[in-house]
Amino acid sequence: MNRVMELCCVPTMVPARPPAWGGGTLAFARREFRDALASKWFLLYTLAFTVLAVGVSFLSMSGVGAQGFAGFGRTAAGLLNLIMLVVPLMALTAGAASIAGERERGTLLYLLAQPVSRTQVLLGKYTGIAAALVCSLCIGFGVSGGVLAWRAGSVGVVSYLFLVGFTVLLAVGMLSVGMLISVASRRSSVATGIALFIWLALVFLSDLGLMAGSLIFKLRVQEIFGLAVLNPLQSFKMATIVSLNGSLDVLGPVGAYASHTLGGSLVWTLVATLGAWSVAPLLAAVVIFARRTSV
Amino acid sequence: MIIAQNISRYFGRVAAVSDVSFELPAGGAMALWGSNGAGKTTLIRCLLGIIRCRGEASIGGINTRRNGRRARALTGYVPQELAFHEDARLGGAMGFFASLRSVPSARIGASLAAVGLTGHEKKRVRDLSGGMKQRLALAIALLSEPPLIVLDEPTSNLDAAGRGEVVETLRRLRSQGKTLLFASHRPDEVIGLADRVLVMERGRIERDTTPAELWPTEKPVQVVRLHLEMARESDAADMLRAAGHAVHLNGHGLCVAVPRDRKAAPVTVLARGRIEVRDIEVLDDVNLPEVVS
Repeated sequence: MNRVMELCCVPTMVPARPPAWGGGTLAFARREFRDALASKWFLLYTLAFTVLAVGVSFLSMSGVGAQGFAGFGRTAAGLLNLIMLVVPLMALTAGAASIAGERERGTLLYLLAQPVSRTQVLLGKYTGIAAALVCSLCIGFGVSGGVLAWRAGSVGVVSYLFLVGFTVLLAVGMLSVGMLISVASRRSSVATGIALFIWLALVFLSDLGLMAGSLIFKLRVQEIFGLAVLNPLQSFKMATIVSLNGSLDVLGPVGAYASHTLGGSLVWTLVATLGAWSVAPLLAAVVIFARRTSV
Repeated sequence: MIIAQNISRYFGRVAAVSDVSFELPAGGAMALWGSNGAGKTTLIRCLLGIIRCRGEASIGGINTRRNGRRARALTGYVPQELAFHEDARLGGAMGFFASLRSVPSARIGASLAAVGLTGHEKKRVRDLSGGMKQRLALAIALLSEPPLIVLDEPTSNLDAAGRGEVVETLRRLRSQGKTLLFASHRPDEVIGLADRVLVMERGRIERDTTPAELWPTEKPVQVVRLHLEMARESDAADMLRAAGHAVHLNGHGLCVAVPRDRKAAPVTVLARGRIEVRDIEVLDDVNLPEVVS
């Protein structure tokens, strides 16, 4: 303890002002990114996604009676359903565990006692997890894309890149929803449970509900399209189909209506919808977290 | 350094802190004294702007509710329940908090040295003992050399030697002009470090006093902690007060100031009242007049 005097000899600045806003946020992002890379979930999801993506690209040729690797375009179509299952699950659960996990472990209180705001904590964690998710997806798409380029050439690579972009948008959108769940939940297990229910609702229940609703209420095509777009997974699916086929006609009357009504702006409408899913839940999470009266 | 005006915090209908006001000047040292649930921890969290409360609090003239980030930049905080990321390494944890406070990484080594943690940088937090975690929290609190150090029972996880080291560190910090606000259950710490004591009970300030007034005696004293059946602590406290002893019931037994040569006197008083004393702990040797002078 006599070494306290040594401490006083080290030149430092007395913090008259708090550290820069961006610096604190970046510190959280860096730590979150490092923690995610070192975590088992990241390894598991990345491995599973990579294996499945390579598997799908191999199996895509079987549909045309051949064996071996299909091109980028066919693989992108084949990956669509896999992404709609796996990516929201990854992002929702990662987001849900973030703040609620810190709260449950008691570490959140200590973080909030530092010269940082709640918004910095939230945005820093969001940025770090988002970067880890993008990293995980890039590994999966990268390995699959590398194998495809080696075995099947580069035809359709643009569609594949669009798929990567839409997947990233879907991932950050679902992460925003996960963060919103996390700030509103006291316990990590509750947050994860709610995240799983929302995943189930988006993946399975919303389709069934839309079908049932259109039959019962005799919805018009524009109403069905409007309701479908509200589901980010449907927006993602439609955006990918438009990038592959140039229109949504393969989806039947609703798709034909959307293609003919919105024309060239259809894909941008869908991208904007995915963007809104990234921004709106995150903003809501920031407001709720900032207004919490307790930790 | 700290101004608290009418601070109140309710959990449902229960007042954890009720209408607390005080001022702590720069360079001063104030202890929060009271039983478990008296509101000490909640008051500290309110002052730091970690939780919302009614009333106004400022640190260094900066309102903690409106500008909590700036106010907390002036503060080093050692919490009661130490919670770090268990997988992080000690050096990594220090680096993270240094970046949060914009402190050059060169200072990390000096902070660790100040609390005797040099050489443990590669250890994971989960492998540290409770005492080492407490010292890590103190090292983090000292990183940016803040003018105010707030500690919530800083020695609760430490053995006697560790406790002495922490108290010595805090004493040196005080002599360097740092302002201290700390909650404690140990009279020896309060006597050794504080120049003022806020006695809290049920969220309210019962007394704003000094250690010398709280444990009044003209003779050199020692403080003994008596452990007895919890249901009888209140009766025992009344009995000892009636016998002329200064007693404080703080949730961790009864603390009684006794003359150095009559440490067993409270036991005799309680035995007469048929109250069994299970254990006696003689706290650090304290000479009140010397300490507070």
